[in-house]
Amino acid sequence: MTDLVEQDVSAVTPSPASSSGSNSPAKSRVRSEAFARRLRARHAAERRFRLAGAAAVALAALMLVVLLGSIVAKGGTAFWEARIRLEVMLDPAEVAERNYMPLLRRALHAQFPQVTDRAGRRVLNDLLSSGAPYELEAMVAKNPALVGTTLTVWVRADDEIDQLVKGRYRRDLPESERGLSDAKIAAADALLASGALAQGFNTTLFTAGDSREPEQAGIGGAIVGSLLTLLVTMALSVPVGISAAVYLEEFAPKNRWTDLIEVNINNLAAVPSIIFGLLGLAVFLGFFGMPRSAPLVGGLVMALMTLPVIIISARVALKAVPPSIREAALGIGASPLQTVLHHVLPLAMPGILTGTIIGMARALGETAPLLMIGMVAFIVDVPHGLTDSATVLPVQIYMWADSPERAFTERTSAAILILLGVLILLNGTAVILRKIFERRW
Amino acid sequence: MQLTLLALILALLTVIGFMTGRSRAAASVGGRVAELHSVPSYHGVYVALWAGLPALLLFVAWTASEGWLAMQLVLSSLPERLTTGDGQSVALLKADILNLARGIATGREPDPLVQDAARRYAGLRDLADWSLLAVGASLAVAGLAWGRHRIGPDLRARPVVERVVRVALIVCSMVAILTTVGIVLSLLFEALRFFTVVSPLDFLFGTHWSPQMAMRADQVGSSGSFGAIPLFAGTLLITVIAMLVAVPVGLMAAIYMSEYAGRGMRTWLKPALEILAGIPTVVYGFFAALTMAPFVRSVGEALGLDVSSESALAAGIVMGVMIIPFVSSLSDDVINAVPQSLRDGSYGLGATKSETIKQVVLPAALPGIVAAVMLAVSRAIGETMIVTMASGLTANMTANPLQAVTTVTTQIATLLVGDQEFDSPKTLSAFGLGLVLFLVTLCLNMVALRVVRTYREKYD
Repeated sequence: MTDLVEQDVSAVTPSPASSSGSNSPAKSRVRSEAFARRLRARHAAERRFRLAGAAAVALAALMLVVLLGSIVAKGGTAFWEARIRLEVMLDPAEVAERNYMPLLRRALHAQFPQVTDRAGRRVLNDLLSSGAPYELEAMVAKNPALVGTTLTVWVRADDEIDQLVKGRYRRDLPESERGLSDAKIAAADALLASGALAQGFNTTLFTAGDSREPEQAGIGGAIVGSLLTLLVTMALSVPVGISAAVYLEEFAPKNRWTDLIEVNINNLAAVPSIIFGLLGLAVFLGFFGMPRSAPLVGGLVMALMTLPVIIISARVALKAVPPSIREAALGIGASPLQTVLHHVLPLAMPGILTGTIIGMARALGETAPLLMIGMVAFIVDVPHGLTDSATVLPVQIYMWADSPERAFTERTSAAILILLGVLILLNGTAVILRKIFERRW
Repeated sequence: MQLTLLALILALLTVIGFMTGRSRAAASVGGRVAELHSVPSYHGVYVALWAGLPALLLFVAWTASEGWLAMQLVLSSLPERLTTGDGQSVALLKADILNLARGIATGREPDPLVQDAARRYAGLRDLADWSLLAVGASLAVAGLAWGRHRIGPDLRARPVVERVVRVALIVCSMVAILTTVGIVLSLLFEALRFFTVVSPLDFLFGTHWSPQMAMRADQVGSSGSFGAIPLFAGTLLITVIAMLVAVPVGLMAAIYMSEYAGRGMRTWLKPALEILAGIPTVVYGFFAALTMAPFVRSVGEALGLDVSSESALAAGIVMGVMIIPFVSSLSDDVINAVPQSLRDGSYGLGATKSETIKQVVLPAALPGIVAAVMLAVSRAIGETMIVTMASGLTANMTANPLQAVTTVTTQIATLLVGDQEFDSPKTLSAFGLGLVLFLVTLCLNMVALRVVRTYREKYD
């Protein structure tokens, strides 16, 4: 640097960006050929550096696009599901026995009169989801007058057919590599041609709990579990976090003890989340004997994890309230607590709220600590209480990601899209709140 | 059920306490509230505190001790042949009683004695809940009456209420300390139990990791399979790959955004990076396992390389992408903290912008950037989901990024997921790993936070 400065000091480069003007080697007495070359090299280095910066930003943006794009490409179709139209004759004898599957199969076989052998019929049977009879049963339960009539129903297709309709099997591959038999494809094509196989909006995805069959699996249970967990987290971490921030910022004397608390909170914010899971396992499950897989325990662990985030952001918000507000309140006779509760806290509330929303968004997306306390169970029922076994959306994603079925990959991606949608909504709210209530003193 | 009822009763009594306190205070001075020592609503809070607080404390103490007491009573009534024995059989007995009392089948034909004990346990719990309801409700009513009785023009309600609130605030600020203490104690306690089985030296310096072997205690060499070096090596490998991605990209992005990008660009880039930072790690894990790993594999195969389907490279790259926004936002703060006067001085000497950045701004910001990288490393070490989903499970000591490795966090997660007996060395080893993880990240964070703190003060 120093030698460069000594030589080029009189080469007036008014602004580093104006490169074209200084490229003309002319009048100045130091502008020799060597100098001009050096200057060109320096400006080239400048451009390279700037390009590297832009490239870094572009790379980060590209990764974001690839990430989101790949997930949309994999999961966008999960919001639709393949359904098969059947003319079901609700035979009273079979209904009384609750034998709905034979009814459905009979109706399906009727559409393929040419198929009479056992193997062919088995192929046809496999087109239907094993959950289809329950749909029919629910319909009959709702309207018992249907018994004895012939009913046109759309029932769920098996997940393989669902994926075939969405074009996720490569038809050009030989049968052995494709993973789906030619017979099934032929049957599905015949149904498609007659309009008896079509896609409809996938409500199962939003209402059902987990299932081993992809076409019957949904995130309804996981969403309820996430809500319950978040409820516990919020109920604990928000009041405790704000109180702690108020104490540390407004009342605490500056001594070693409060210094220790401060260092401790900052460190706690950077502790790996899985450690909180170990804490929950050893203390809440091991020591206090709380139930495994319960949203209550999950919420407790998440509350401890988000607490530092909330405390830190609340302290920043409190610090931003100018001292004159406090002095004015104290001056007209308010007690310190009244000053804080009536004046400082309301003014800091938007900032605190923003931090809280961001903390909650983090808790909503967190997975690792919940694996430790057993929220990674296979749970079919939608949970009803804080101590029921439950799972949460990110954990459901984790579990589905392990499943080999293609249809699960699709549903995992759809669950991710829903989770991301909620998170972006939350973070967006935080940004808008910050924009609306931002105050410069 | 009883507890919900009690909570409702307490809430109701607290509200009633507030109302009566406020109105009685006003009535006691005939409506001339200026004659009161405190504002009427403070009297209201005073009565509400008397109604709610003692009952709440009782509630907490009672529920904390109730289960234990009932269990002790039940156990003491059981014949000694059941309750004496090693710790494990007693723990099993307790678990059986608890499960039977909750109506969960234990999976084997229960001893009629145990069934009887479970019935008695359930009965005791029920009795205790009802008596808690009775005692708690009467305590709340008594407190309300007492508080109401105390109210008068001379009652100094405000200082009392403020003292209670202040204590509550202090208690809340202690929760963070308690959390740390809880983490340290639980990790230490469980890790010590692990180290009584496996020597710490074998654990820290052993080169063979195979916890599955220890499932049968009679197996030869079961204690020799807890060498954590391969896990540390795997963690290090993935962390290094992640840093090779995250540090250059994150740092350059921060430089570009703080020094080059115009206002319009910044308003778009910042939120984009924030989105990247807000994506849950499980999503990155899914991306790593289903998109990045096959991509790396096919690229490797096109180049004629032998790539494992769960390569360290794929997990490392995705983890690096995850950390980019973290590095860039921390570096952005640090770079912005460098005073403008330093830049102006450099420009004045004729340096170009990139020369100023490389030779003035970055050296001035270096401690902060180093701290940011340390925080990023600590995050990469502690990250769980990406490696659990995208890296392997076999402990493989290799420096080849194309092979599968396993990490500390992956092992913790896989060792503790599912039903495991709590006392086996296999389960306990997760706490040993957790302790190491906690200590390493704690050291990194402590140093980094200290550097950031002193650094901020330097230019303030």
